[in-house]
Amino acid sequence: MKKIYSRPKSLKKAVFHYCPGCGHSIIHRLICEVIDEMDIQEKAIGVPPPGCAVFAYYYFDVDMAESAHGRGAAVATGIKRAFPEAIVFTYQGDGDLAAIGTAETIHAANRRENITSIFINNAVYGMTGGQMAPTTLTGQKTTTTPYGREDRLEGYPLKMSDIIALVKGSVYVERCAVNSPANIRKTKKAIRRAFQTQIDGLGFSLVEILSPCPTNWKMTPLEAWHWIDDVMAKEFPLGVIKDITGGKDAD
Amino acid sequence: MAKVLMTGNAAIGEAAIRAGCRCYFGYPITPQNELTEYMATNLSRRKGCSFIQAESEVAAINMVYGASLVGARAMTSSSSPGISLKQEGISYLAACELPAVIVNMSRGGPGLGSIVAAQSDYFQATRGGGHGDYRTIVLGPSSVQELADLTHKAFELSDKYKIPVIILGDGVLGQMMEPVEFKYEAPEQLPVRSDSLRGAKGRPSKYIKTFTSNPAELEEINWSLFRRYELIKKEETAYETFLAEDAELIVVAFGIAARIAKGAIRTVRASGLRVGLFRPITLWPFPSEAVRELAKKVKYFLVFEMNMGQMIEDVQLALEGRGEVSFYGRPGGVIPTPSEVSRVISRLYYQKGLKQ
Repeated sequence: MKKIYSRPKSLKKAVFHYCPGCGHSIIHRLICEVIDEMDIQEKAIGVPPPGCAVFAYYYFDVDMAESAHGRGAAVATGIKRAFPEAIVFTYQGDGDLAAIGTAETIHAANRRENITSIFINNAVYGMTGGQMAPTTLTGQKTTTTPYGREDRLEGYPLKMSDIIALVKGSVYVERCAVNSPANIRKTKKAIRRAFQTQIDGLGFSLVEILSPCPTNWKMTPLEAWHWIDDVMAKEFPLGVIKDITGGKDAD
Repeated sequence: MAKVLMTGNAAIGEAAIRAGCRCYFGYPITPQNELTEYMATNLSRRKGCSFIQAESEVAAINMVYGASLVGARAMTSSSSPGISLKQEGISYLAACELPAVIVNMSRGGPGLGSIVAAQSDYFQATRGGGHGDYRTIVLGPSSVQELADLTHKAFELSDKYKIPVIILGDGVLGQMMEPVEFKYEAPEQLPVRSDSLRGAKGRPSKYIKTFTSNPAELEEINWSLFRRYELIKKEETAYETFLAEDAELIVVAFGIAARIAKGAIRTVRASGLRVGLFRPITLWPFPSEAVRELAKKVKYFLVFEMNMGQMIEDVQLALEGRGEVSFYGRPGGVIPTPSEVSRVISRLYYQKGLKQ
């Protein structure tokens, strides 16, 4: 019998603490699959965030170091500058990368730091209990926008990936989602391309992933998948936002 | 090597390079810019080295954290308001037991304050500074030569005890030029700490983190840090005394204030007043034992600081009520002259009936 599916080598044998229907576990797996396929487990250094993914180091079987909230890109910069042989990636949420870490992220991109950011956009602060994120949609109810997010009072959903794409030093930026088998496959391809960008020494790469948070969205996992297509992806369209890698296909 | 004439800020930079500093990340703020500029000129294009003018002090300290994670000797520098911004990163460095050297060429505060020298960051430096129960080693140089020597020592101590080390200077020390001799040559091979994150090659993967959902685990981490702090107190306390042998009154001062106090003491000595100086070199750990030892012979202590009275608390804690402590301070960046301080010393000396 042919084995067609198994645990990636760089994913530890641990039980995820994530809620049912959460996107983190899928994304963790995708990153580990890519690490295995590119054979970079021995060179990878991950920088997980505070937040739901704070325990990422219990799952990724690569060297990892916790970052303060929002500082992932700065920490990764220090790692890469001091140890350029490493393949360095940050794993950050929307509050982390697009609110408190806006400056660190934009400037790391602008310096064309040769690092990769995996940016999880689930439109809420998950671990703290579902508060408004910079990416919370207009009208979306959260614990801190109980009347729905109102542009004039709480601002607009921030399209951080588009901002990063405008920065001259960013090389590869794509927005994906993990709400269907097809989208999951596309996400994996994007992660692979981002790592390849770094391996080729081209500069800053970022993959934004629209990821379901059924718990804080107060939906079933299936409703959450649909909500990504029906609502989220309308505000945050999927696809390659920027690619100046020279068109070399990672596959 | 022969002596060269350098500003204090540049001397730190040269000493750091000779200590094997691989990475410098900084952000402009007066009065420490000469250090950032020195590193831009002399470190940025060095083989294996990296210099970044960061987007903020917050980013700079987190870059230092990143470099330290992978075993590089790394440094950042700033002045008071910028050091406040770095406290987040310093707390993480302390929690993760990571070495790093942080230079504070302090200036007048609070707030944006002034750009001239002050010593008002003593509390911040010696009490941890950021959130959580931690300490950093704090070195208080008082000359350009000592800046160079202590910069080297800072990297050594930082690696030895896996603890951030703060060099607490001030605007005068940073800007003034003095002859300095560098006692070390830059290493051929830049050091890499063996216990650092270098990828899971030939060993299982590992992680460095501070967060835990188990208070008992965090309590043990705190105890472990505390035990190391006790060891540092025992092993690394340093101080200088000046004309203290026969003194009836001891002036306690650190950093540039100690230089001013020396001048004042020479003046009053010329009038026959038996006054000496006690200068802590490690501000944390504070040389409490040595102060207590002095109190066996001396009753009167005058604490002189360029602030409203911060180190005085450590002197009082050290003395445990044994001596009589007076204070003279000038906050806000006012730099008292030796003659001003000599008048303060004389007045106290006569008031206490020490002159026969």
